[in-house]
Order: sequence, then C-alpha cells, then structure tokens
Amino acid sequence: MIFPILQVIEYSFYDNVIVTSDSTFVGFDNYKELAFDPIFWTSIFNTIIFTVGSVVGHLVVGIFLALLINSPIHPVPRAIFRTLLVLPWLFTAVVVALNWQLLLHPFGIINYALKDFGIIDSHVDWLGDESVAMATLLVISIWRGYPFLMISFLSGLQSIDKSMYEAAKIDGAGWFRIFFSITIPQLKPIIYGVALLDLIWTFQLFPLVWLTTGGGPGRATEVLSTYTYRFAFVDFEFSKASTVAVILLTFTAVLTILYLRKGKGKSEI
Amino acid sequence: MSANQVVAGDVTSIKKSTGRSIISLSTRERINRAFIYLGLIISSAVVGFPVYWMISVSLRPNHETFALPPKLIPDNISFDAYFKVFRDDAFITYFVNSYMLGIIVTILSVILGTLVAYSFTRYRFFGDGIAKTFVITTQMVPAITLLIPYFGVIVLLGLYDTTAGLILTYLSFSLPYCIVMMTGYLKTIPKDFDEAAIIDGCSRIKVLYKIIMPLALPGMASTAIYTFLLSWNEFLFALALTRSEDMRTLPVGISMFIGEHSLKWDEMMALSALGSIPVIIMFIVLQRYFVSGLSTGGVKG
Repeated sequence: MIFPILQVIEYSFYDNVIVTSDSTFVGFDNYKELAFDPIFWTSIFNTIIFTVGSVVGHLVVGIFLALLINSPIHPVPRAIFRTLLVLPWLFTAVVVALNWQLLLHPFGIINYALKDFGIIDSHVDWLGDESVAMATLLVISIWRGYPFLMISFLSGLQSIDKSMYEAAKIDGAGWFRIFFSITIPQLKPIIYGVALLDLIWTFQLFPLVWLTTGGGPGRATEVLSTYTYRFAFVDFEFSKASTVAVILLTFTAVLTILYLRKGKGKSEI
Repeated sequence: MSANQVVAGDVTSIKKSTGRSIISLSTRERINRAFIYLGLIISSAVVGFPVYWMISVSLRPNHETFALPPKLIPDNISFDAYFKVFRDDAFITYFVNSYMLGIIVTILSVILGTLVAYSFTRYRFFGDGIAKTFVITTQMVPAITLLIPYFGVIVLLGLYDTTAGLILTYLSFSLPYCIVMMTGYLKTIPKDFDEAAIIDGCSRIKVLYKIIMPLALPGMASTAIYTFLLSWNEFLFALALTRSEDMRTLPVGISMFIGEHSLKWDEMMALSALGSIPVIIMFIVLQRYFVSGLSTGGVKG
C-alpha cells in the first residue's frame, strides 16, 4: 500500500508516465500547470460543495430517521421500517445512477409530478442543466448515503441510558430540550466519528458522480476524482492525473489524521 | 417553552394520580405514536419510491415507461424484460464474471485473512495499534489515487484485461479488511483452548482447523459476506483495468448498457433489479451480522 502511494507521488514529478517508457523528470511543472488550470479550481470548489452538502444531508436525514425508528413502537413494524429505510444503501452505484436517470428523465415521473403540482412550469433536465445539476446530484448522493449514518446513530441511540430520559422528563424537559441536552451530547462521539468517515469517503467518491453526470454538463459537477479519471483514462495524461490524485490524497490524509486522533481519544463507534 | 409546560403538566397530573390524567397521557402517547408512524410511512415512501419504480418499470412493456399520465401500477404485468435479459449471452457473461470474481476473492481473502489474523492474535509481531492504524489508513486512501500506480503495475505484468489482474487488485483491498475483522473475532477465543489442545498433542494447524475454525465460523461468515459485496459492487477498477466485453463485471456491463441501449428502460431496470437481488437477500437474511460487522470492522478503530 505504501509502494503505490510513493509511486503515484513519483509519477506526479515526471512527464508522460506509463504511456511511454522514456518519461522525463519535470519537477513541479505538473503542479504549476495545474495551479493555472481553471478547471482544477472548479473541481476543487465542486468537490467541497458536493462533500459538505452530502455529509450535512446524511447527518440531518440520518439522525431524523434514526430517532423515528428508535421511538417506542412495536418491534415488528420497527424492523420493517428499518429494513425499508436502509434500502438505498444496498444498491450499487450504477443501479442508483440508472434509477435516477429514469426518474429524472425530461419526460419522467418526477418532472410530471412537479409540473402537476405546479412547482415547475416546464420540464427540467435535472442532470443536463448546469444550474441544477449539482443540486440534483446532491439529492441523489443524500438518498444513497444516509442509511450508513442512520444505522450508526441507531446503535448509538440504543446505548443511551434510558434513565437519563426519564429523569429529564420528570424534571420537566420538553422534546427539544431533551434532544439538544441529552441525545446530541450523548451521540456526539459517534456523530463526530461517522461524519469524518463520511467526509473522507464522499471527498473521494467516484462511481456515483461519474455514472450520473460524468462530471458534466460542461464541468458543472466535475469533482477531483472524476477530473483525475478523465486525465488518466480519457486523455491518457497519467502524469497530470497523478498530480491531481496526489492533491486528492493530501486532503484525505489530513481528514484521516483527524479521524485517527479522535480514535485514540475516549470515543469509539 | 410550551412543549415543556405540557410535559410538565402531564407529569404533575400523574403525580396526583387521578384516573383521568393517566388516560390523557395515554391519549397523548397514542397521538405521538400516530405521528411517528405517519413520519415513518412518509419517509419510507419517499425513500422507497425509486426502488418501487425500478421494479415497476421492469415489469411493463418498454413503450409504457413514459406513458402520460404515468401509471403507478402497470396495466398488465409482464416478465418479458427478464426473459430478454436471461436470453442475452452478454448479460449472462456479466453475471458469471461478477459471481466468479466475488467468490474467488472471498474464499482467498477469508482463508488468508483468518491465517494471518490467527498469527496476529497468538504470536505478537508488532503492536496492535500499528497494525490497525495501517489497515484503517489503507481504507482511507482514495481508490482513484491507487488506480494509477495499479494500472501501471498491472499493465507491466501483462495482466491488463484479465481475471487474474482483477483478483490481485481486489485482494489488495479485501485482505487487509479480512485481517482486521478476523483478528477481532479470534481475539474473543481464549488462548487456553489452543494450549489445552497442544498439550493433548495437537499440531498448530490442527488446532486452527479443529478448534478455532468452528468457533470463528459466524465471524468468518459475516466477513465473507462483506468481502463478497465489496467485490460485487466495485466499479472503478473493474472499469479501468478491463477492456473487452467478455471481462466486464455486472456494474461495468450495466454502465456500458446505459450508453449503448439507452432506450430499453424495461431491460435496464430488469438488469438492475437482478443485479441488486444478491445484496438485498444477503442483507435481509443476515442483517444482524451485517450491522455489527460493519461497526466492528469497517468503522471501529
């Protein structure tokens, strides 16, 4: 695992790697070139929007649904709902992409429903229109990714001491007060750990983005991973691809160090 | 504030323990419960709709896909799309490839992973912390970053567009995962068992085979399932390291299908549904292992 990482760092300082055998050392030229590449900056910006948006969405939806499932209801419907709500997570990225392409088709059911309710005036090309493509991608990413957080929160909720809730109720605390004074503080280590993990994974996410929008339209949803892939396997510019890949790795490394530090502390998921 | 007061009011009225206030509390709870069920039903409907639509479209003739107004329930249900998928040699190849790859990778990594994990727990090589940190770090490295050097090596070894190339690549991800998982499970089996058996004249191999394996079987099963799914769902490496149609795995096959036949929605949805069935069945049957496996191996440090 260390060897390939060193290898990719080495590639990023050379020109014409892999495709030709006589690659030359070019120092930081690839990095300089990238620094003046507007698409590179677009893709960094998009990656941050996509990652933060997805993770916040996963957290909010995950906690909300975990609370609903964890409420005092009959165990049989609880198990059924839990299984239903985990479903999106079980589909492989290509199926998710295909599914949503059908739903979001200009003549598809979502456009029909929204038009019927008067929310939109005319059919929207959700994945093909630059102004909405990122928002659409975020919805898909949130749909796909929240179950992992939901399950983690659910196991966290089940480990909270019930007597704390009873004590709070007797003291007259309301729902909001209990949520913000007991549930959230008790879940905090899990929230922190899972959110970081989700950040790390979403930051480098490739299949879902590549298969739903392919980074397009134009470069509207180009993220660092799709930009790397495009350099490597569309343009066969492996040196530049390595350079972007190293930058992606640097970001991930920082997040991973944060994650491991937290792991050494008191909290475990 | 008002919510606080209501709850406080309920509690004080129970304290007075009049019959009426207990009834009022249970009415309140009933209303609460109704809202919870309503919330769950609505969220399940929203979340589940794309899945329902996939199955629904796969069961109707293609020309009804975009019928106006959309029909939530197809007029006449037909399994034609599924038959078409099963008659198509290309699709069969994708399925065979995916299953074969998944099974080979799973068997190899669970066996090797158990052996390594056994030696980790019974002999001390280096600190637990270092091994775990190393494996976690492995899981954090972006796949796309590794893809480029992997591609270089695979091409160099002449394994581009071969099953062996993909197996090697997948093993490099699944093996560390299996080692961590199995180390966790094997740690729970006391060393006394081994020692007792060795005193009775067992060899190390026999200890592993006769004593450890049966005890570790549930752990091995959940590790195996997770490994299989890892391989079943993998897309990036399967896409970049193969070229010919015979080598495509199911995800890659479906993604190519998007470009080539983007009008045959019924077949595409049937293919998607068929490709998702193994995962969903495994999840439902083994939900408990799946979730606990995830939280012990995948997430926990």
